Amino acid sequence: MSQTIETDLLIIGAGPVGLFTVFEAGLIKLRCHLIDYLPQPGGQCTEIYPKKPIYDIPGFPSVLAGDLIHNLMEQIAPFKPGFTLGERAEEMRQTEDGKFEIITTSGTIHRAPCVAIAAGLGVFEPRKPPIENLSNFENKGVDYIIKEPEKFRNQRIVVAGGGDSALDWSIILADIAAEVVLVHRRSSFRGALDSAEKVTELAHAGKIKLVTEAEVTGLHGNGKLEEVVITFNNGETTTHPTDYYLPLFGLSPKLGPIADWGLNLDKNGIAVDTFDYSTNIPGIYAIGDINEYPGKLKLILCGFHEGTLMVQSAFKRIYPDAKLQFKYTTVNGVNGF
Amino acid sequence: MENTIQLTVIDRDGISHTLEAPTDMNLNLMEVCKGSELPVEGTCGGMALCASCHVYVLSDHDLPEQSDEELDMLDQAFFVKDNSRLGCQLRINDSLHGLIVELAKV
Repeated sequence: MSQTIETDLLIIGAGPVGLFTVFEAGLIKLRCHLIDYLPQPGGQCTEIYPKKPIYDIPGFPSVLAGDLIHNLMEQIAPFKPGFTLGERAEEMRQTEDGKFEIITTSGTIHRAPCVAIAAGLGVFEPRKPPIENLSNFENKGVDYIIKEPEKFRNQRIVVAGGGDSALDWSIILADIAAEVVLVHRRSSFRGALDSAEKVTELAHAGKIKLVTEAEVTGLHGNGKLEEVVITFNNGETTTHPTDYYLPLFGLSPKLGPIADWGLNLDKNGIAVDTFDYSTNIPGIYAIGDINEYPGKLKLILCGFHEGTLMVQSAFKRIYPDAKLQFKYTTVNGVNGF
Repeated sequence: MENTIQLTVIDRDGISHTLEAPTDMNLNLMEVCKGSELPVEGTCGGMALCASCHVYVLSDHDLPEQSDEELDMLDQAFFVKDNSRLGCQLRINDSLHGLIVELAKV
């Protein structure tokens, strides 16, 4: 059993808003720990559009999303935040002493008196193709995320998708698996050019079997996957025996387990009081794109403001008798931990 | 009204909605659908990154060519047909007057 991680403010979501909140918390001597399902900090900014310029960050006429995250990481470094990455915040429970425990998919326990949910659009989960009995075969031959390629040694694999992830894994698995079949709806691939060329090369060499203008539309098996049904764009169908089906269609955001924590939800967001961005559960706050209130704008800059006000409230909750002195960073600079 | 065009959006229950959309507000079809309370999420905010505004174009309009971003996204979406477009990539202007689209399944 892993050790319990203790902190002052537990932040769920390591996107720009979660990261900047570490800074504002640090200024008033609150320590932070962040949890994110993605393997790196930055949320959408690094996962989805690192090379896109953002034009409405005050003081930056234009900044690439990836650079913004890089700068934020540098800005919060003095406050030594902890990170639990690649794990999804799954379960929330309150302890007898009024603290919160958040347990991740990997069983890591985090304990803190205050929680800030800065989960943006939610947790990025693999996009699942519309195949009726797909869920019956999850972990029984259907994998959406490849963690350990060795698992597929000498196995027969059907990969579906036409993007970078489908191409890259087909290339890697071609050397490991007994057979790699790549099924794609169109005749050409839109992934990175060199990956697409490499796949074509491997197909010529007989190491990848390309099935284009087709989709996997059905799964058969008794207790475990045995074959896939492939439907061609012209309506013809065929079956193909396989051990694994790997649908690799990118990620899409879902609110996820947070929806079951007893928080008041408003449309797709968590309803908050704009006084301090508190939710209906005292001690749990929601900031950034995940929250909802009259006049809400889903902007990074608004999330920065929300996090800044929120940590003041968290401080008062943690230290009800302490007096909080407001200070400009220009007076004393930044004093880290 | 001046600077306004008419659009028809067929929702996922097959119900047809006639919408008026201003051409001078730099809107796209996803935003117009959302603003009219149609079930279009527009999760990514219009960056061609989520396909939640996926529509089928039913009328015979001369539409702007698809960008690489839009083609990349449609490549990863489901229920894609030859007439698939992302609503967020269709800018509302006079050339779209009379456009008929159907919301794709999600």
